[in-house]
Amino acid sequence: MHEWALAEAVIAAATRIAEKEKLKEVKEVTIDIGELQQVERDIFQFALSQLKPVSFKNAKFQITTAKTELRCRVCEHTWLFRKQKLDENTAEAIHFVPEVAHVYIKCPKCASPDFEVTKGRGVWLESIKGAK
Amino acid sequence: MVDPRASVINERLKRIGRIIVVSSGKGGVGKSLVATTLALTLSRQGCKVGLFDLDFTSPSTHIILGAKDAQPKEEKGIVPPVVKGLAYMTLVYYSGDQATPLRGADVSNALIELLSVTQWSELDFLVVDMPPGIGDALLDLVRLVRNIEFLIVTTPSLLAFETVKKQVTLLRDVKAPIIGVVENMKMNIAKNIEQKTKKLGLRFLAEIPYDPKVEEAIGDDNKILNTAIAQKIEEICRTTIR
Repeated sequence: MHEWALAEAVIAAATRIAEKEKLKEVKEVTIDIGELQQVERDIFQFALSQLKPVSFKNAKFQITTAKTELRCRVCEHTWLFRKQKLDENTAEAIHFVPEVAHVYIKCPKCASPDFEVTKGRGVWLESIKGAK
Repeated sequence: MVDPRASVINERLKRIGRIIVVSSGKGGVGKSLVATTLALTLSRQGCKVGLFDLDFTSPSTHIILGAKDAQPKEEKGIVPPVVKGLAYMTLVYYSGDQATPLRGADVSNALIELLSVTQWSELDFLVVDMPPGIGDALLDLVRLVRNIEFLIVTTPSLLAFETVKKQVTLLRDVKAPIIGVVENMKMNIAKNIEQKTKKLGLRFLAEIPYDPKVEEAIGDDNKILNTAIAQKIEEICRTTIR
């Protein structure tokens, strides 16, 4: 249920933006989830539906998933994150704090842990649509 | 695109009375030992205390505490386990004892992640052990967390104190309150650090004598509370913090 904490953050940020933009009713919230964090989409969606405030009651949460692209800083090789290649404990550690990927994942070409996550790290609030 | 995590950080920390950040411009001055001893001392005095290790690349509070098999629970976020009476959070739960090579942006991301998903219980004090310097972790903490206070650790070395001066300048620029300065590992009777601290307009909290027995106490909270460090920190708690 770590997803619950992430959903709370999304609702808090979306509420703040809606207030700033003077939206009386929020109709759509678009969220992008990077594969690296391995968020359980159903739990996340359920948490959003439970946590949404009154002004979000008819809001649709559109969730997209972004593939995680990693780029080695040493040899510049780029590759995609694959959860299937990790054991359960490692996958779970990365789920909680994606940066610990640097402990467990190495560049497949030169074995360096010095890589960057260029796409698909975690949860991002993409956009909010609503009526003023 | 908006990173939503920062929006919830102060909500996560709202049940905490005071957040004391133990920090220094220099490494190796004893921040982790001071932070851990401070947390243990406050806890033994009957306060509800948390300890949060934000030194991601060189964590050591888990070794000082002897936190061997502790693991956080997952409950609408991460609930820190109680270790030696402290609600205790560290990245080591996820990195193990392995090398954790993180660049600045990764340090920021990990710090924001832990601040946004850690569900702290009601605490009188949260003691934070910082990495050395005035880099990403410190800048993010002062940017994101309201109501933090800094306790600065130095050694008798002028090299350490020079970095403290820079840190003090930064903390004043960002209007972060400073509780005072502790001079750790003191091996002589010189008063120059005390004088220099006062000249900066800061409170000189204590001089902690170098205690070779500290090494034997590592991993044992009861032994730590019997060290010279603990005696001095008990004094600081009584006179300044509580």
